[in-house]
Formats: sequence, C-alpha cells, structure tokens
Amino acid sequence: MKYQMLKDMLMRDIYVDFIREQIKSGDKVVALEADLAKCSGMIALQKEFPDRVINTGIAEQNMASVAAGLAAYGFIPFIHSFGPFVTRRICDQIMISICYAKQNVKIIGSDPGITAELNGGTHMPFEDIGVLRSIPDILIYEPTDNVEFKKILPQILAHVGPVYVRMYRKVPPSVYDENKDETFNLFKAKVIREGSDVTIIASGIMVAESLEAAKMLEAINISAEVIASPIIKPLDTETIIKSLKKTKAAVTAENHNVCGGLRSAVSEVIVENYPVPLRCVGVKEKFGEVGKQAYLKTAFSLNAIDIMSAAKEVLTNK
Amino acid sequence: MTMNEKKKNESTRTTQQLKKLAQEIRVNIVDCIGSIGVGHIGGCLSIADVLAVLYGKHMRINPSDPQLDGRDRLVCSKGHAGPAIYSALAAKGYFDKAELKTLNKGGTKLPSHCDMNKTIGVDMTTGSLGQGLSCAVGMAIGSKIRNDGSYIYAIVGDGESQEGQIWEAAMLAAHKKLDNLIVFTDYNHMQIDGTIEEINDIAPLDKKWSAFGFRVFSIDGHDVDAIDATISRAKKSTAKPIMIILNTIKGKGISFVEGAKVGCHSMPLSAEQCELAKKEILAQAII
Ligand SMILES: Cc1ncc(C[n+]2csc(CCOP(=O)(O)OP(=O)(O)O)c2C)c(N)n1
Ligand SMILES: [Mg+2]
Repeated sequence: MKYQMLKDMLMRDIYVDFIREQIKSGDKVVALEADLAKCSGMIALQKEFPDRVINTGIAEQNMASVAAGLAAYGFIPFIHSFGPFVTRRICDQIMISICYAKQNVKIIGSDPGITAELNGGTHMPFEDIGVLRSIPDILIYEPTDNVEFKKILPQILAHVGPVYVRMYRKVPPSVYDENKDETFNLFKAKVIREGSDVTIIASGIMVAESLEAAKMLEAINISAEVIASPIIKPLDTETIIKSLKKTKAAVTAENHNVCGGLRSAVSEVIVENYPVPLRCVGVKEKFGEVGKQAYLKTAFSLNAIDIMSAAKEVLTNK
Repeated sequence: MTMNEKKKNESTRTTQQLKKLAQEIRVNIVDCIGSIGVGHIGGCLSIADVLAVLYGKHMRINPSDPQLDGRDRLVCSKGHAGPAIYSALAAKGYFDKAELKTLNKGGTKLPSHCDMNKTIGVDMTTGSLGQGLSCAVGMAIGSKIRNDGSYIYAIVGDGESQEGQIWEAAMLAAHKKLDNLIVFTDYNHMQIDGTIEEINDIAPLDKKWSAFGFRVFSIDGHDVDAIDATISRAKKSTAKPIMIILNTIKGKGISFVEGAKVGCHSMPLSAEQCELAKKEILAQAII
C-alpha cells in the first residue's frame, strides 16, 4: 500500500487509527458512539471489535454517563458525536457523571464551528468551548493539524482526567511538516512564526489563516508573531505572556464565538498578568447557518484578511 | 347515482388527489436535494405520504396567512427532513417552487434542518434530535389553554426515539391528556449507523407508547387512505394523545434510493440520477 502523507489524511482517520492501535495493544480503551460512527469512521472498528466499540444509538446523555460508568470500572472511554451534541447537549452529564465524579473520559466533538457546513445552525458549535470552559479539571484541546494531532493523542490518553477534543473530520489545512521531527506537548502553545510588532494567537483552522495573515502583514512592514494555541484550557500562559512582553499587542483568532472561547481565555490571562491591547477575530455573538466553508468564512469574517485588519487596528492602540 | 356511489366517487377522488400530492412532494424533494447534490433523501421520502395527507386534507392552515391564529401546526421533530417539509409547503403555495433549489446555499431560507425563523410555514425549529416532540407538547398545552380547537401534529424518527427526551415528552403529554396531539413515528427501521434493530432496538414500539398512555395505531405509512382514515379516527378520540406508527420504507418511491438501504440516510444525487428518479416517481400510476 502506498504511504499516505499525514497532511493528506482525513483527521478522523488519525483518531480511528489511534483507537484501533489501543484496542489491539491494550485492554483499557473503549470507544462510544451515538449513531455517528459512520461520520467518525469508527464504524469499521465497530465491526472489527464489537465488544470495544459501543453504539448507544441516538442518546448522547446516556452515552456520557455510560462512559462514566465504564471509567469507574477501569476503562478509558472515548465518546464521540458532532460537537454540539457531545458538549452543550450533555453539559450536565459531563459536569456531574464525568468531571465532578472524576472519571477519566475523553470527549471527541467533530465538525467544530463553521466546518459543520451544510448541517447548519443546529449542528454548528460556536459555544462548545464556552460551555465547557467553566467546568473544573476538563482540558480543552483543538488540534492544529494532522501532524500535531497524531503526536498529541497518546498524551491525551496518558493524561488522567477528562479531555475535550474539537476534531475536524475532513482533511485539515496543513501547518507542520511531518518530515521535521517536531515535538508537541499537550499543555503547550507553540510560537510557529516569530515577529516583533503584534502576536496573533490562534487555534484550529484559524492557525493556517493566521500564518497567511502574517505574510500579508509582512508585505506592509508589520512583523507578526504567530502562536498556535491548541490547548485552550488550561491556557499556556507562559508562552503567550512571553510573546506579548515582546510585541505588546494581541490578536486572537478562533472558529468559535469570541464570547467564551480563545479570546475570553487570552483576555483573562493578559488582564491579570500583562495588560496589552487586544482585538479578536471569531464569531461575534451569532448563531450558525448553512453554507459551504468558503461562504461561512466570509459570512462570519474568519478570513486571513480579517486577522490582518484586526492586527492593523490593534497597533493603533499600542 | 345512489348516495353510496356518490360517496364512493368522492372518496376515490380524495385518494387520487392525495396520491398526486404525494407524488408532487417526492418530485419536489428530488429537485430540492438534487440542486445541491447531496442530502437526507431517505428520511424525506419516507414521510412524503403522511405530509400529503396532512397538508392535502387534514391541517387547518392557510398558505396566504401562514401565521394564522389557532391554525393546526406540524413539528417535524426529525429536523433533517426539512427538504420534505419545504417540498410540501411549495406544493401548497407557501413559496415558489424555484426556491426549493436554494437548499443549503449560502444565505438560503431553506436550510438542511427546519428553521421556523427562516422558512415561511415551518412551525418549529428542529435538528437537534429529541427536542421537537417536547415543543409540540408545549403547543398542545397552549392550544388547550386558549381553547382554540387546533391540532398539533409531530413527526418523530424511529432512531430519534432512542433519545430520552422523547419519553419525557410522552409522559407529560399523556399526563396532561393532550388529545389534540397527534404524533407519528416514521418507523423505517433505519438510522445512520445501521438498522434500529442492530443499534439500539426500540421494539415493541406500540406497547411502549400505549404503556406511556397514548392511544396507538400502527398502519402502512405509504397508504394515504389508511393515514387519512386513522387521522380522522384519532380526531374523534378523547382524553389521550395519539401515536400513529407509520410502517415505512426509507427512500420509498425511488428504487435506487431504497436499494441503498441504510446508506440512503444521506447520499449524493447526480443530475442524471435526479432525472431517473423523477421519471420513476411520475411513472407510478394513480388509481
Ligand atoms: C441530538 C442529535 N444527535 C445526533 C444527530 C445526528 N443525526 C441526524 S439524523 C440521525 C439519524 C436519525 O435517524 P431517524 O430518527 O431514524 O431518522 P430517519 O431514519 O427518519 O431519517 C442522526 C444520528 C442529531 N441531528 N441530533
Ligand atoms: Mg429511521
């Protein structure tokens, strides 16, 4: 079989391959689905390992608490549904059965923000991070690309405690070169481009947009530093503040409501540690709607050009 | 002509009209989903006949006054069947048929899942499965308070019936004796990951609903006469909410969609397939 470059893979396949390895090599990991195994790709494993892949049917609340029960029995459950149905729909089950009860359950929400595309407003989570961020102990992680996700998955498994993963399903934009021996730490943000005038802090699909924006800014003599911040809770304060001490201006970029997501998390940290002006790119208190990604990016102002404008604007406030 | 013959002629005419409307709805569904090339075709086609009977005969509504006070309402709790609802609304003249081809395009009034704030004639926003039936219960309680004599209809999926909230809604509806609430289950035996029986079986469905306090009917969900007669009976019933289990086929009416079985939940539709599909639908003789 021809080797497939990581950057060409569906992100969901990286998840499913990882679970397959774990099921084959150990007796702890179980995967739960609520009638979206076809969408995550887990359907293949459901046939291969019917004991270890449990499909609860369309019953997400039940799935979450069943997972907590499995965790109490020593298993490490990974539960999946579309982002909104595995966060806001089951918020109390995550809070009580999983987090408050201290059960080691991993939560995979697919199609973050506008990547829900044609499924539209009901399926387009702009609030998932906000909903979960106020619950103690849970980690919130949004992969930057396939290279990073593949290396972070073992760390998610090794971490004892709940983790929410905001997983893209299709082929995500590629940021890291898989041939370079890049290392990743679940708890760390990463400076992926150095600059001196402004720091752009981004997550998910907005990282690639931010790199694009940085190039556009360079053309007009603005030097932008770009930080990929896949870990949104707990935020990597150290890396962010260190950069802001150099640039003294911040822009956040996220595929989520700016209320409750990355912008909120970054604001909290800089206000307490090192106040600098901040502008944000993200969904501005709107609900989702149907459309293809290109349309939605423009409808919600999530393009590189929007990041560039925000950067130019924040500089006038320095 | 004797009285009896007259009656018989009239009922044949009604049957033919309803069948024709169902046919039109199916053609519209193909145009609607075909315009974007992919969509929830299976679960749209399985409810075309019940929609024909509701919109063609039973619902007290007025397309030129969509917000009419005290009108009958329909909550499509399985919100992914939006295109089926739009197809019925277009057939009734709520909006132009050409609009069906804007499905899911940026800025459209016709999103994949039902949205009461975007589409004229849609009575409730749905798409997160399990919630619509509760909304219908709320409407039925509202109608009782107002005493406006309206009927509230709801359509739930069989897969959707795995959601706990469906049964919370059921319990309250019976407790409140909502005999103005008529619920249909689209019992097509399929969800996304497999058959209902493989994934999480809901049988015996009739017994579950009667245990929850509903008056239950189980009929052929593609027989417009049976649907029509059952709704008429349901309307005469008192003190209990109604469950009409529609025994259906996912993808009904288009053989290659039906043939895709579980795969027809959401599938691509090429322009050629659309033409084939419409030919097949229109070739069905109406007797
Ligand atoms: C709360 C929630 N969970 C998951 C989904 C994703 N989803 C959409 S349709 C569907 C299957 C529905 O099956 P069924 O109710 O049987 O519908 P039908 O066969 O009539 O299309 C699922 C899981 C959703 N829309 N809402
Ligand atoms: Mg079904």
